[in-house]
Amino acid sequence: MKHIAIGILGAATLGVMASAASASTLDDVKAKGFIQCGVSTGLAGFSAPDDKGDWQGIDADFCRAVAAAVFGDGSKVKFTPLSAKERFTALQSGEIDILSRNTTWTINRDTALGLNFIGVTYYDGQGFMINAKKLPGVNSALQLSGAAVCVQSGTTTELNLADYFKSNKMEYNPVVFEKLDEVNAAYDAGRCDVYTTDQSGLYGIRLTLAAPADHVVLPEIISKEPLGPAVRQGDDQWYHIVKWTYFALLQAEELGITKANVEEMKASDNPEIKRVLGQEAETKIGTDLGVSNDWVVNIVKTVGNYGELFERNVGSGSPLKIARGINALWTKGGLQYAPPIR
Amino acid sequence: MASQEILREEPSRGSFVNDPKVRSLFFQAVVVVLLVAGVWWIAQNVIANLTRLHIASGFGFLKGRAGFDISESAIAYSSDSTYGRAILVGFINTVIVAVVGIITATIIGFIVGIGRLSQNWLIRKICTVYVEVFRNIPPLLVIFFWYSGVLAVLPPPRDSINLPFGSFLNQRGFYFPSAVWGDGSWLIFVALLVGIAMAWFVARKAHQRQMATGQQFPVFWTSAALIVGLPLLAYALSGFPLSFDYPKQSTFNLTGGFQVSPEFLSLYLALSCYTAAFIAEIVRAGIRGVSKGQTEAAAALGLRSGSILRLVVVPQAMRIVIPPLTSQYLNLTKNSSLAIAIGYPDLTATAGTVLNQTGQAVEGVLIMMAVYLILSLVTSAVMNVVNARMALVER
Amino acid sequence: MQEHDMSWVRTEMALAQPAPASVRGMGAWVRTNLIGSVGDAILTIIGIALVAMILPQVINWAFINAQWTGPDRSVCATVAQGGIQSDGWSGACWAFVNAKFGQFMFGTYPIEERWRPILVAILFVALLVPMLIPRVPRKGLNAILLFLVLPIISFVLLVGGMFGLPHVETSRWGGLLVTLSLSFVGIAVSLPLGVVLALGRRSKMPIVKMLCIIFIETVRGIPLITVLFFVSVMLPLFLPAGVTFDKFLRALIGVSLFAAAYMAEVIRGGLQAIPKGQYEGADSLGLGYWQKMGLIVLPQALKLVIPGIVNTFIGMFKDTSLVIIISMFDLLGIVKQNFSDPNWATPQTARSGLIFAAFVFWLFCFGMSRYSMYTERRLDTGHKR
Repeated sequence: MKHIAIGILGAATLGVMASAASASTLDDVKAKGFIQCGVSTGLAGFSAPDDKGDWQGIDADFCRAVAAAVFGDGSKVKFTPLSAKERFTALQSGEIDILSRNTTWTINRDTALGLNFIGVTYYDGQGFMINAKKLPGVNSALQLSGAAVCVQSGTTTELNLADYFKSNKMEYNPVVFEKLDEVNAAYDAGRCDVYTTDQSGLYGIRLTLAAPADHVVLPEIISKEPLGPAVRQGDDQWYHIVKWTYFALLQAEELGITKANVEEMKASDNPEIKRVLGQEAETKIGTDLGVSNDWVVNIVKTVGNYGELFERNVGSGSPLKIARGINALWTKGGLQYAPPIR
Repeated sequence: MASQEILREEPSRGSFVNDPKVRSLFFQAVVVVLLVAGVWWIAQNVIANLTRLHIASGFGFLKGRAGFDISESAIAYSSDSTYGRAILVGFINTVIVAVVGIITATIIGFIVGIGRLSQNWLIRKICTVYVEVFRNIPPLLVIFFWYSGVLAVLPPPRDSINLPFGSFLNQRGFYFPSAVWGDGSWLIFVALLVGIAMAWFVARKAHQRQMATGQQFPVFWTSAALIVGLPLLAYALSGFPLSFDYPKQSTFNLTGGFQVSPEFLSLYLALSCYTAAFIAEIVRAGIRGVSKGQTEAAAALGLRSGSILRLVVVPQAMRIVIPPLTSQYLNLTKNSSLAIAIGYPDLTATAGTVLNQTGQAVEGVLIMMAVYLILSLVTSAVMNVVNARMALVER
Repeated sequence: MQEHDMSWVRTEMALAQPAPASVRGMGAWVRTNLIGSVGDAILTIIGIALVAMILPQVINWAFINAQWTGPDRSVCATVAQGGIQSDGWSGACWAFVNAKFGQFMFGTYPIEERWRPILVAILFVALLVPMLIPRVPRKGLNAILLFLVLPIISFVLLVGGMFGLPHVETSRWGGLLVTLSLSFVGIAVSLPLGVVLALGRRSKMPIVKMLCIIFIETVRGIPLITVLFFVSVMLPLFLPAGVTFDKFLRALIGVSLFAAAYMAEVIRGGLQAIPKGQYEGADSLGLGYWQKMGLIVLPQALKLVIPGIVNTFIGMFKDTSLVIIISMFDLLGIVKQNFSDPNWATPQTARSGLIFAAFVFWLFCFGMSRYSMYTERRLDTGHKR
């Protein structure tokens, strides 16, 4: 009996150790054949499962874009729904390869938590939503003193909320939940007067309420919430692949490359387009990055360019109908700007 | 073969390998080696992971500014307080809900448990249904039921249900007037303390006298008069310093008075209802464990049925009841961690938020485990003292 | 004269007289059981009032006013809430349960693959039922099939990825499927582990004993949520970089370890109740430690503590609902998740869904406790005086 026990223990230890050999995330991902992508437990427009259980939204599509860049196939990605609490450990421990879960980029998360944010896929800011039917006459967040505020715990939102009310010398009563759907349910049931989260989220959440028309998003934006995907520290190659996937999405939009015209564009005379699409002779842009040279073609074929991705998931093509605003390209007065691919 | 071996004059212990002592030593050595190796391996991994991921470690983060607010706190707390204080707030909230829950669950449990042994068919059946329903569903479900099924569908603050004494019930919780103590009200508390002390003294004297002479003294009524009467007297003497702050309607909520949040209410009600079902079974088993002869003997001595229950049955039943009761109290305390599901800021919830805001996963979970362990140990220690006092004193 | 001396002997039994009117029939039953004394009568009146107050409302809500089918929330909402029911209507929304039934059972398990969990369920029932009925022969074979073969088949069927079955990630599992698989594996793992821990705690080897005590008391002193946090947040840091566990597997580890500590204490109770003579008898027969335990002590000890073991099972079955905290969706989790579906959100939805979930949990737990009482009676081979 004891020998068996020792044997099993030894075997288990060895088994676990053996699978721990590889170091590079790209090699790991290639070996297992898919990318493990951490997403939210359900936020319309960013990452939410549809009726068939397929994940939809900007964050989910971003992971598909990375899969397209690595494998040339956007379907080689698996999604792990994570609560706000679990998201960082999941990435740190290697359970997921990319955290693409409407996560705010802060210095603390870059340094103390050991993450590397690759950029900002969505510029957001924290806002407030109220039920205008129940609270007529409230049209500014500065009138909210004394209100009960629903908020998700463990987020930057929770911290901004405290700061905002404190700096404006207002009182409030926080009603805190672990998961987004719990916050939604509590707000919809009237447990609190105000719902606060990133403004994009508020628009998405409003759709899921029983009577969306009754609710208004107040004009104040109380914080900067640059949302972006993050990877682990210490693997520059993987960091670059994910980062440049994001830039490729922007570059494609800037150059007018879309899902529909990407094949025609390959034959374009424009040297910049040829270079980005890997049609230049003897190009090494893709292989230097660690992927194939037609990586941008694969990305755009799978999810379209950044503009298409935006409009499809949160913009005019979606029920959320959020305007591009500061998420427009720099050429159109927005903040989205990609360094040159050359 | 075997019998021949036994018959040998000098029973050899067989080979060295079969010596029980050697085997025991060997086995323990193996366990120790494996354990040390395992711990070392884990420690190495943790250190490697933390340095690789550039995660700060240590408990220094507890002194940092928390930055988030907590909805209910028994001690002064704001977003400027430290993480350590946030965890302390959570701990106190856990203790509050556990203590209040334990008291209520014990009361309901005793009533239902005695009800199950009642002569009355209807009462017996009602109590049985209660026990069988609550024992067989998860506590989390009971909490959700109170929270989403009952309290969330109460009217909004504007249409609060008016209850007697200026209290209100709505989906934001239960509001009742809070007492405002004026000048000189310290006298009332002093009077209360004096009353309790005197009542205890009287009870002791009366007991001694009864032991010595057999004469009885109406302890209950004297104590009640002392404990209630003295503070009332002080209240009148100090010029009625007590006033009440009534909850009033304001823009968003009722303000003023004392507010009990629906999160606390549902957790408290659910834990009490759920644990009471188990306590009822324990009480029933305890009372049934007292043999019928005891009751009959007491009746033969001429005791009335109330006295039989109070003086003969219950003290003996308590001996059977207390050990399992202790574990139910522990369960209730541990189940209070389910608060996290409905957003009551107990220890698990605040420590979880701290864990998440700082990223100190290892330290956060360690603190949680240590605090619950200590709580459990303290509860069992207290109950052990009670148990020792109740235990059968034998010659 | 002679006749006078002859005592009269009755040749046939006198017919039994009917019991006095005061101790028979409805009247007497009512007198003794409902209005035995003044206090009793008052209690009865309170009880009747309570039942009369609650029961009609419950029946009204759950059956008469309930909506059994419907396409969306409108059937369960009043006009003011945007539905078709008249104002003041209040009834269960079973239409919600009806519409979401598939999800409640399987979570987001792909619809075209749902025959797999159904097949597993059928196999499970087909093996479990003969196992539970004492008269059915071949218990040994049955147990091997149930505890060794079935888990392998179930694993292959549910996870897939071999024999041409598409792989289904555990993150898509949900509902009753998760509840039952967690409980089944938890039961199958925690019982043997509990036995080992209990034996370890009573072992004569000080180090083994101390380790077992530390493990048991630590786990019993902390809530399951903390254990789940531990496995979901800390366990990944204990492993070398790149090694990860499936979330489902981590939940399984947490639940099993937790249950094992409680199981160990229950079994220890049984071990302590076995008289010393049994141990000594086994020793004198020359049995080794494992033979002594396996053949003599454990069969008796386990039989003694069947109620405790089943109670631990029931507790664990109920505790699986806590995996919701680490974002897994068991039956309760998936019911709760669906409250926020805008198509079904009404004031009645939460209540109806929770009562459905409560009913399913209750059915399983009540069944287990009744079966344990039955087994207890059946195995009661003369330990009681």
